Amino acid sequence: MAAVSRRPTIAIGATLFATMALLAVFAPLLGTTDPTAINPTARLQWPSAEHWFGTDMAGRDIYSRVIYGARVSLIVGVSVALLASVFGLFIGILAGFIRGLDGVLMRIMDGLMSIPSILLAIALVALTQGSLASVITAITIAEVPRVTRVIRSVVLSLREQPYVDAAISAGTTTPMIILRHILPNTLAPLTVQATYLCASAMIIEAVLSFVGAGMPPSTPSWGNIMAEGRAIWQVRLNIVLFPALFLSLTVLAVNLLGDGLRDALDPRAQRNA
Amino acid sequence: MASIILRRLLATVPVMGVVALFVFSLLHLSPGDPATILAGDQASPADVERLRDALGLDRALPIQFLEWIWRVVQLDLGTSIFTGLPVTDLIVQRLEPTFSLMGLTLLFSVLTAVPLGVLAAWRANTFSDRAIMAGAVLGFSVPVFVVGYILAWVFSIKLGWLPAQGYRPIENGFWPWLRNLILPSMALGFIYIALIARVTRASMLEVLGQDYIRTAKAKGVSRRGVLFVHALKNAAVPVVTIIGIGVALLISGAVVTETVFAIPGLGTLVVDAILRRDYPVIQGVILFFSFVYVLINLIVDLIYTVFDPRIRY
Repeated sequence: MAAVSRRPTIAIGATLFATMALLAVFAPLLGTTDPTAINPTARLQWPSAEHWFGTDMAGRDIYSRVIYGARVSLIVGVSVALLASVFGLFIGILAGFIRGLDGVLMRIMDGLMSIPSILLAIALVALTQGSLASVITAITIAEVPRVTRVIRSVVLSLREQPYVDAAISAGTTTPMIILRHILPNTLAPLTVQATYLCASAMIIEAVLSFVGAGMPPSTPSWGNIMAEGRAIWQVRLNIVLFPALFLSLTVLAVNLLGDGLRDALDPRAQRNA
Repeated sequence: MASIILRRLLATVPVMGVVALFVFSLLHLSPGDPATILAGDQASPADVERLRDALGLDRALPIQFLEWIWRVVQLDLGTSIFTGLPVTDLIVQRLEPTFSLMGLTLLFSVLTAVPLGVLAAWRANTFSDRAIMAGAVLGFSVPVFVVGYILAWVFSIKLGWLPAQGYRPIENGFWPWLRNLILPSMALGFIYIALIARVTRASMLEVLGQDYIRTAKAKGVSRRGVLFVHALKNAAVPVVTIIGIGVALLISGAVVTETVFAIPGLGTLVVDAILRRDYPVIQGVILFFSFVYVLINLIVDLIYTVFDPRIRY
């Protein structure tokens, strides 16, 4: 843990991410108005004292929409990271331990991985009406194969360790070996992977909404705000710029966190750093 | 060599099988009756029945799957609900813009990223290394549409140097074609450059610590010779791998880039199809893109043997 706190990337990433999380939680208290309130007399305004980031085509306050948009992004990012980690861990351990399943599971994962993740997610959301749950489900399905692959390779290398051999010859049952020797050793790579999942999920969510296949259009999400600014970006760049800036900063925060954790948790990477 | 190619080719069959199964399931997982969806909003009940009969949609699912695969293998991807045109024709019409965009991005990304990665490894832990790696983190964090809009705003709206929207076919001249693709390629290449530069650096660092590099230096090989001949050739396998895997990023990114820059390619085709729930087009484009991805990675696998003759399948 000492190695974690010494790294500036982790400190910067964690601070930025915490700030975004606070914005999301306290959105109603941050001088925002109703993010869905339409005001036809105040359409397409530039940033001003009254509307810090300007207004969109329906006269909605972009500052309020961007702050509330942090909620959607963070919920999607964190949920996908958790769900995909859990499923990936489960399938990865199954594949790593049960030889008969390995081939089948990994072929399925290879197949899913050869469908570009944004297209896979778009196709899955297109099946249903866009909603928070369907967006999270779709992105999770698109991300699980990557986690599975990482976990499976970790499990396969752990199985060759002398202490696992020792446990097997001592008559330890397979579930006990998984619990005692395998699971704890997957935590470090899984944590690092989860941060990248979170970053990638936030980007995919924004892309889904941006192309019109994500959250319902009235929901204030960064992708939706950008989608509204898409037609008029040449004259009103502020509509796409502010949500874009917040999205980039949040993804940057998560990536810094992930890079820092990777270097701190992987002694091999430290040597090269 | 022929047997290597054949074996690798066979290995792609199960992967494409899974892709095909997924794409096939899309229509059947969607709420509603497939025949009604495929016939479109204007269809009469008789039309729906005729279509159900023609496509065999009343048969058992495994049979339908095999029949569908058989049609796909013959390049029959069905008919677009919205336009009524064969999906294969729609895809062929959109190939040039998308391949131009992806090809140009690939070319300029590799030409930028590999030297950057080599420089960062050679200058490890100096200012230039840190600057390049910080740039790479940014590249991973700033999504393609953000880069796209900023580039278009600066170089098109403000400076007026390059067009912000649209596509010119190459048959109307090389320069108009290139001009329209410069900004989209830069936007799309941002993350790809970051990825390749990072892997190049890591792979080069590994190699630069080897004895044969010290030997090469000791016998007086020039710095450029050591870096680009002795080191880079041995560091090439991970780099080539990531160039292949990164094509998935290019494909996903192309969907967004084409939307931002209004390029009439496969990306805009699939986005429009999703908004119209035009399932045959969605299925066709996903199948096609996945096929391209698998094919490129097959080629990458075969390139390995050029860089590292020890690799044999």
